Amino acid sequence: MLAFIIRRVGQSILVLLIVGLVAFSMFRFIGDPIDNMLGQERTMEDVERLRAQLGLDQPFPVQYFRFLEGAVQGNFGVSYRQGRPVAEIILERAPATLELALVSGIFAVVLGIALGVFTAIRRQGIGANVIMAASLIGVSLPTFLIGILLIYLFSVELGWLPSFGRGQTVMIGENWSTGFLTESGLKALILPAITLGLYQMTLIMRLVRSEMLEVLRQDYIRFARARGLKDRAVYFRHALKNTMVPVVTVIGLQIGSIIAFAIITETVFQWPGVGLLFINAIQFVDIPVMAAYLMLISVMFVGINLIVDILYVFIDPRLRVDRAGAH
Amino acid sequence: MTGPVLSIRDLSVEIPTRAGVVKPVDGVSYDIGRGEILGVVGESGAGKSMAGNAVIGLLNPPAHISAGEIWLEGARIDPLQGEAMRRLRGKEIGMVFQDPLTSLNPLLKIGDQLTETILTHLPVSREEAERRAIAALDEVGIPGAAQRIDSYPHEFSGGMRQRVVIALALCAEPSLIIADEPTTALDVSVQAQIIALLRRLCRDRGTAVMLITHDMGVIAEAADRVAVMYAGRLAELGPVREVLTRPQHPYTDGLMASTPLASQARNRLHQIPGSMPRLTDLPDGCAFHPRCPLVQAQCRQNPHPNIGKGRAACWFPLIERAAE
Repeated sequence: MLAFIIRRVGQSILVLLIVGLVAFSMFRFIGDPIDNMLGQERTMEDVERLRAQLGLDQPFPVQYFRFLEGAVQGNFGVSYRQGRPVAEIILERAPATLELALVSGIFAVVLGIALGVFTAIRRQGIGANVIMAASLIGVSLPTFLIGILLIYLFSVELGWLPSFGRGQTVMIGENWSTGFLTESGLKALILPAITLGLYQMTLIMRLVRSEMLEVLRQDYIRFARARGLKDRAVYFRHALKNTMVPVVTVIGLQIGSIIAFAIITETVFQWPGVGLLFINAIQFVDIPVMAAYLMLISVMFVGINLIVDILYVFIDPRLRVDRAGAH
Repeated sequence: MTGPVLSIRDLSVEIPTRAGVVKPVDGVSYDIGRGEILGVVGESGAGKSMAGNAVIGLLNPPAHISAGEIWLEGARIDPLQGEAMRRLRGKEIGMVFQDPLTSLNPLLKIGDQLTETILTHLPVSREEAERRAIAALDEVGIPGAAQRIDSYPHEFSGGMRQRVVIALALCAEPSLIIADEPTTALDVSVQAQIIALLRRLCRDRGTAVMLITHDMGVIAEAADRVAVMYAGRLAELGPVREVLTRPQHPYTDGLMASTPLASQARNRLHQIPGSMPRLTDLPDGCAFHPRCPLVQAQCRQNPHPNIGKGRAACWFPLIERAAE
């Protein structure tokens, strides 16, 4: 088990290095940050001086290595646009994105599993068929369109919920601003969370449904019924648990993408999170911010996948034996 | 209580299909007494499992009981639905399936599967349920039951798993066990152990057993009486010694002749010509007549025979022919 985790951590670090390399090499093609940083009335000397000061005159491998060196120590450099340390800016923005991702993640997982089980059990029912048809909308509509439709309905027409921003926030400790503790903060969360989580919710639901239908055909389900176990025990204890290996895989990937693709939702709802920060950074060719953001996202992806791999072992006892090499 | 544990009267099961309604079970009647093992034998598709599923209320829709009655311990159970039927399953009727590798949930400890079943049916505390779970494993011959309670199914061999399955079927002390091909997926050496176990448990507890199998050897070894099924109908029903040594139905006779016996050094096995008709395409008259070596005009014209005064559903049972 320990050897397995160490091996997976090693692989994860390799993935991160490659992601960093790819990201870094792409930045060379999106424009010259110096253009944006200095005004119209600049001299060649100014440009050269700034370039040297930022280390952009160095060859690419040297730049990459310097970036890694700093990143390991939690130092991602200074934002070209804001002139403040990137780590500080991201920490300031992260709570907004993480709270949004948390709420939409819970929405997607809880509702996705519940509806998936429901549609599998009541396969022939009208309710299940309506949900299945409606879920096609969730899978096929692009996120920004769902956001705009929700804003139109609930903010413009009904006026129930705010169309942008986080509402009022409260500081917890030094640097965590939360929207969970105020009414306007909670209200402001609803529409973006649904927008961000709807696709993942329908995906999880459809996956749980098809896995459940497969498991419900198995002999051990028949045997569980033949022992007179209650429906609830058959569906949730025996069947649902057996669908969890593929479902947890997909949930892991989807939670990663909830954080990564918060960019679109944050743009639509002007949500002051790291996604919006990233979009602004691209417009300004703010390389330190972009690099730090991409590394952060890939750390999360890799971390979640590592957790998923470990979860398998908890879900399925057969994997414990195989990992230990007993067979 | 006297009288049979299970009594099936004129049971029919129907499945509506695109090709019309088929009857995988058609007018079947038999009883099983306390501590008795009834072997139900027949080819695949003869309706033997379907009858067992009808008794425990686990027919897959659209299959349903279309006629007849099922009585368990003097109470009629075939009209029971949903929750009432669920209470009966496991508590009054236990079931053992063919493949022990797939009938245990791979993700749950066997102890949890046992206590869960006990707690569903019996008003006992969790500690008492765990104690009974260990006792049940011990009774089916799992060595070190108290330790194995925390094992997962994959940690057992096939034969041991079938013992666990039997413990699960018996743990709420049902009066009837339906064992659907319980030895088919096992090694021959293990088969005999499982049969012996089943016999011992049923004798000790007075449990009635419906032993469904296609294996005449298993029937000969385990059963007290035997019901031979063909194309959804009973062909012959009687004490196992008599049916096996002096079959009255030509189908039983053919079945016996085509069973390999180690003691008999036969060079070639007998074969029954043809194959069982499809249920959508049953012949008129006796369903067996196209394959019967002794077929007569009456077998084609008359409706299907019922079991009359003899043991066999045949217009010309072998015993009479022998007497002529």
